[in-house]
Amino acid sequence: MTSLRRRIVSRAAEIFCAFSVLVALLPLAFILFYVIKEGIGAMNLAFFTQMPKPVGEAGGGMANAIVGTLILIGLAALFAVPVGVICGIHLSEYPKSKFSTMARFAADVLNGVPSIVIGIFAYGIAVLPVKRFSAIAGGIALGILMLPIVIRTTEELLRLVPAGLREGALALGASRSRAIFSVILPAALPGILTGILVALARVAGETAPLLFTSFNNRFWTTNLGQPIASLTVQVFTYAISPYEDWHRQAWAGAFLLVMMILALSMIARFAVRRLERMNRP
Amino acid sequence: MRRGDDRWFRIGTGAFAALVLLVVAGIGFELTRQSLLSIEKFGFGFWKGRVWDPVSGDFGALPFIWGTLYSAILALLLSTPIALGIAVFISELSPRALRQPLAYLTELLAAIPSIVYGLWGIFVLVPIIRKLEVMLGAKPALGVGMLSAAVILAIMVVPLTSSVAREILKNVPSTQREAAYALGATRWEAIKVAIGFGRTGIIGAVMLGFGRALGETMAVTMVIGNNPQITASLFKPQYTMAAVIANEFTEAADELYLHALIEIGLLLFIITIAINLLSRLLVRKVTA
Amino acid sequence: MRDPENASMKKLTIIAALLLAVLGCKPNETTTTTTNAATGATIQINGAGATFPYPIYSKWFDEYHTSHPNVQINYQSIGSGGGIKQLSAETVFFGATDGPMNDEQLKNAPAPILHFPTVLGGVVPIYNIPGVTSQLRFSGPTLANIYLGRITKWNDAAIAKENPGVSLPATDIAVVHRSDGSGTTYIFCDFLSKTSPDYKAKVGVNTSVSWPVGVGAKGNEGVTGLVQQTPGAIGYVELIYALQNKIPFAAVQNKSGAFITASLDSVTAAAAGVAMPDDFRVSITDSDAKDAYPIASFTWMLLYQSPKDKERAKILVDFLKWALTDGQKDATALHYAPLPKSVVDKELQAIAKIQL
Repeated sequence: MTSLRRRIVSRAAEIFCAFSVLVALLPLAFILFYVIKEGIGAMNLAFFTQMPKPVGEAGGGMANAIVGTLILIGLAALFAVPVGVICGIHLSEYPKSKFSTMARFAADVLNGVPSIVIGIFAYGIAVLPVKRFSAIAGGIALGILMLPIVIRTTEELLRLVPAGLREGALALGASRSRAIFSVILPAALPGILTGILVALARVAGETAPLLFTSFNNRFWTTNLGQPIASLTVQVFTYAISPYEDWHRQAWAGAFLLVMMILALSMIARFAVRRLERMNRP
Repeated sequence: MRRGDDRWFRIGTGAFAALVLLVVAGIGFELTRQSLLSIEKFGFGFWKGRVWDPVSGDFGALPFIWGTLYSAILALLLSTPIALGIAVFISELSPRALRQPLAYLTELLAAIPSIVYGLWGIFVLVPIIRKLEVMLGAKPALGVGMLSAAVILAIMVVPLTSSVAREILKNVPSTQREAAYALGATRWEAIKVAIGFGRTGIIGAVMLGFGRALGETMAVTMVIGNNPQITASLFKPQYTMAAVIANEFTEAADELYLHALIEIGLLLFIITIAINLLSRLLVRKVTA
Repeated sequence: MRDPENASMKKLTIIAALLLAVLGCKPNETTTTTTNAATGATIQINGAGATFPYPIYSKWFDEYHTSHPNVQINYQSIGSGGGIKQLSAETVFFGATDGPMNDEQLKNAPAPILHFPTVLGGVVPIYNIPGVTSQLRFSGPTLANIYLGRITKWNDAAIAKENPGVSLPATDIAVVHRSDGSGTTYIFCDFLSKTSPDYKAKVGVNTSVSWPVGVGAKGNEGVTGLVQQTPGAIGYVELIYALQNKIPFAAVQNKSGAFITASLDSVTAAAAGVAMPDDFRVSITDSDAKDAYPIASFTWMLLYQSPKDKERAKILVDFLKWALTDGQKDATALHYAPLPKSVVDKELQAIAKIQL
């Protein structure tokens, strides 16, 4: 027989919790609504096929920025995936060693570093020494940002692989490296792929570190040693400008960005699950 | 023979792990090396200096430290109750069927990139805040300022805090709640017991959000007004460490200016590491 | 039995093929050229700097690209401070600034840098005051006091005195300035310092100053945008930004006492009769000329005297010669004043100094 007051308090608390979900979903709806409404209206064929026009002239598009973003996250993956996966393998194979503890600590540290600080670092090691802004420098900055996610996902997923699999491989005479690369890693692959896709989704939306690494480029380029346009930097440039047409294109760019990220996360969730099912004999 | 192969394996994979260590050490080293001029010239006075004057070469980081801490703390005050409310709702109160979709929706907030928040901030939030300021009689009613920054940061931090808090609550053994119910607790009182049990971890979750708010760059710089002043007013434009670096880095023409900016980056690096590590320690204690 | 490895390999090859298709094809440019010129591979030249001349530079680079399809001059408007910095760090091939490099900056550069004026422009005070539709007028000291934070309301006596007959509201003035290192700031502060000793003492002249009041926005674009959206705001931008975005801008009192509106004629008048030094670094604000607009300035392109990359140097010199001659006709359409002939002649001679 609980007192009325306590029951009211309990109810009120429950209502508050439900209310907070609404409060959180409200801005989400608000933002998505705006992005979709302005973005879809702003998209046209030119957006996907043309380069920016001279300042003040209406029209043009973000073709170079779209490809630029794809190139940048491709470069980021090129750096972060091998390093991250192999590091994750080491951490899961020798989890208690002093070295592993330090490396894990380092990955944790890296995870919390603001992306702009990573940008400063990338500027120092990849831009200044070669005296040029480049897509590669941008890829390095984004790769460093991806690294902790890939490492952590790999380590955790490898640990989840049933011990029986490993013991079976070792019992058949496989060396550690053979066991890992031929048996355990493939078993964990779908999950690791998810982690990579999630990490890609995260860095695709980064702007700050690109400001002083990949810089920006009005033209179409696939030369990795040159500055390159990116959706995020382009949206930023257009958003703070006074030109109406640029604002329109900024919304279109934002819409595309959000769709890309959503697509990556969806692929991570669903397509990978199918790979998982295919892997099982 | 297998021993040798295993040794190469260990060294080989270890080399990649060493690379990660190298990157982190490299960041710390580079940041320090590139801020030496400023460290030498200003010493500890840098952190107390209120003047940021590139013309006379006088640099002080206090306005940016103020803006960063103020905006992050405000964001915490706004986001923590909401984030915890969400965590509790999803893990304790909601019908099972709603759990996944609700969790997914809050994750969606986290997937929206900072620049999109900034874009929405400039064109939607700032005009709303401006109208609010006009109603409240703030002069001049700019719209850009600390309040806009705090609101955007709060929205961005909510998903992070709530998802970690949810993990914590999931790890609280059900015996805790059952014991509470057995003693005649109401729903909320049982939840309070669970929260109490996981409070270290929840504090860790809040701190993770805090760490995120400290380092946020783009969304903040687009709505905060970029004025290095120290004021408690919510409506006045202010400046954060990350924002000043983003705005002035590519154009710090003389070495001292650049070093002063990088020294701010160094501080940001150290603070965010400290907060993040502390929060992970707290979270691991409850989930490990 | 399914072969998972083959399936994932297939997926990978599909993705790789898609990527190659995307990278390999080159979409239509805004101009009609779609192929690399037969003359050779594409060469890209990176430059950065002032937002002041960005509208005309982007037009010029676009036009030059049309006539020389294998040349891409990629210019990023990050502010004059950025132009000077990145050129000195040699991360870009050329810079652009409206605040000329001072002696110390030139000394600290790794090699000698030359200034080349490209066009003339004017910095105008823009404002957004609901209810005020007529053009306002400011004297230098009044503007200085607004930016010093001493004049805080639009109906202040000083402003009213200079604007008889205009009904000014009691709205607070929202001061907007640049948050990045800006030549436009340099020009504006140069003028204010010449007309207000207080301003000179308290703020001074530089691309980045310590602002007593106000909100910072990035680039000429950012200032225009912020003033556009903030009722009661005042800002300073290059003329074309005010015109392109249809924002009201004020007339400013010149040395002779007349209130002049920025225009091609008044900006050209500011440069008339000014002795051009050999290094082309000169200030034409607060000009003596009767009809001169007082906040006018040259804007410069910065090049190394002895560039290491000779191929790019040749192309850029060719571009510069074009810009100084044929390119000048684009200036008036975008409300920049073309360079006086005497200046162009002097520059064409000076270009020979660049060691190719």
